[in-house]
Amino acid sequence: MYKLILAFRYLYRRRISFLALAAVALCVFIVVVVMTVMDGLVGDFKRKNHNYTGDCVVGTESLVGFTYYEDFARIAEKADYVEAVTPVIKSYALVGTEGSGRNTGVELMGVDAASFGRVTGFGRTLYYHKGDTSKAFNIKSDANLPGFVIGADLWGGRNEKGEYYYVPNPDATVLSVTCFPLTVKGALAKAGTDVVNTKTFYFSDSSQSGLARVDGAIIYLSFEEAQILCGMTEPVPRASWIHIKFKQGTNIEEGCRQVRQMWAKFYDEHKGKDNAELLSHVTVRSWKEHRRESIAGMEKEQAMLMMMFGLVGLTTVFIVYVVFYMIISHKTKDIGILKSIGASCGDVIVLFLGFAAGLGVIGSAVGVAGGILFLRNINRIEGWLFERFGFQLWDRTIYAIGEIPHRLDLTMLLVVTGCAILACLAGAVLPSVSAARARPADVLQVSQL
Amino acid sequence: MSKDGFIIEAQGIHKTYRMGAAQVQVLKGADIAVKKGEFVAIVGASGSGKSTLLHILGALDRPDKGVVWFEGRDLNGLRGNELNEYRNKMIGFVFQFYHLLDELNVLENVILPAMVPAGIIGWLSKRAGVKKRGLELLKAVGLEERATHKPYQLSGGERQRAAIARALVNEPRLLLADEPTGNLDSATGNGILELLERLNCAGQTIVMVTHDERVAKRAGRTITLADGRVK
Repeated sequence: MYKLILAFRYLYRRRISFLALAAVALCVFIVVVVMTVMDGLVGDFKRKNHNYTGDCVVGTESLVGFTYYEDFARIAEKADYVEAVTPVIKSYALVGTEGSGRNTGVELMGVDAASFGRVTGFGRTLYYHKGDTSKAFNIKSDANLPGFVIGADLWGGRNEKGEYYYVPNPDATVLSVTCFPLTVKGALAKAGTDVVNTKTFYFSDSSQSGLARVDGAIIYLSFEEAQILCGMTEPVPRASWIHIKFKQGTNIEEGCRQVRQMWAKFYDEHKGKDNAELLSHVTVRSWKEHRRESIAGMEKEQAMLMMMFGLVGLTTVFIVYVVFYMIISHKTKDIGILKSIGASCGDVIVLFLGFAAGLGVIGSAVGVAGGILFLRNINRIEGWLFERFGFQLWDRTIYAIGEIPHRLDLTMLLVVTGCAILACLAGAVLPSVSAARARPADVLQVSQL
Repeated sequence: MSKDGFIIEAQGIHKTYRMGAAQVQVLKGADIAVKKGEFVAIVGASGSGKSTLLHILGALDRPDKGVVWFEGRDLNGLRGNELNEYRNKMIGFVFQFYHLLDELNVLENVILPAMVPAGIIGWLSKRAGVKKRGLELLKAVGLEERATHKPYQLSGGERQRAAIARALVNEPRLLLADEPTGNLDSATGNGILELLERLNCAGQTIVMVTHDERVAKRAGRTITLADGRVK
């Protein structure tokens, strides 16, 4: 009982304890705020990447594509764990406004709007046809004209709040889209003077996926138009990818494993057929593997951040160690007194570790409370800073980030609190043990001098 | 109790301290024996090893050589927990500089030795009784009004009386006092000595270390230490 009382008294009667408490609280505050923001950003980024693809992607990076995709899509659709399947053309194109003579290189996605909307979150990214994906390429004025959907960043600008400029009835903007059609061997399909396919398309919608590299680089055309432009209709129809959405509750890794088995069987059955050599380059990947290039950088940043927080944790341990070393060197007399009245070495260790645990608990509670308060108001604070000083954490006219993520994760809070308490205990162990080993006669004589 | 009626007996105590490269032999075969109910003063010049001998008797230190028997039991044979129990239950220590804990009030300081062996539940069950005893002791040493004061709010004499109350809370068989008046003026010191005399009259065995012959004369018997040995 006296250990509890003394630990508590040491905690609130020693000014140096408040410094240690402030150090722990500050470390916890920083970790909670940065982890929440970073976790929110990474989580949001992953969600957006997942929205951009199906759960599983079968296909090839080759611009030539692969054959027999329709047969495989039909087989995949029948699997009991598959919700929907959609083929996709992926290529590159030059786009230019009519008469301007200027061209811009873009990525070209040929999608079947209806099924692509079922497999991915495409429908939610549209502005004028939100939730009505099947009409994504429809032009209001003339349903017969071929439409294009363009990445929001290719189309228009954003204000300082990150909101895009839209008009209620956009002009029927016309773009000429030029592609280099390729043969199954990867050669230019129209070797000679007329090597490209060019067609005029009309603005039907813009897509805002929230992924800068997508919204700033892609235009969507209907699957059939894109297939023709890329020369992927002859001699046999080809596609770049098949995106598959699994039924709810299906484990994505398990689903992908089954699709891999399905593909292996399909490949064996088709490998002797015409142009089947293109099938050998086909891979089956989960959405994460498919978007690896995009996600990896963010994950690396997160890993770096974790490492830096490890160093912050070490700093906390060191601060607590120094504080305890100082406190204990000021408390040698107490240790001698306690031992002279029968306290054991274990009692002395428990006393100081109890003190450290109290420091950790209160310090992390203060840090977590401060973190929660700050995060709840982070967007308001940023708004105020922007209005007052023009400061923005991310320039919303450039970055596709709406508000600063601030959703708290209870598990993360518990882990951070636990780590802070452990750090305090780790910092206090050595000084506590050395205090416990002190001989009462020595410390009492020293404190008499 | 040993067969000779000694409560504590030390024979051939040697103790050497290392001070840097040099070795200082403080005790060179000191012998001492104290009977139950005695008030013994150990006197000697500064550095003669008085306090060292007292620490060895109180198991705050171990001799390099020699044996200490407490009620016939060899202290060298006691292990960690037994030594802690010995310090807690058998011995009461009074130091020259009082050594009260600044974070606790006077009553808490007094009852601290009773708290040490008790767990939380054990303490809750005996708390009322111990507090009552603590207050009785404070009354006996004239500090009943100072129970909730902090040590720094007390005078030197009051602190020493609080320290004596603390030393008595577990009703120890032996009270060891290391220069209990050494830090006090003569009037206050006299008050402390009167308190010790009263305790001795009530049957408390006391061993007191002092360098002051006048203080030593207040004890029933004086032992002189010189050159690490009892003269």
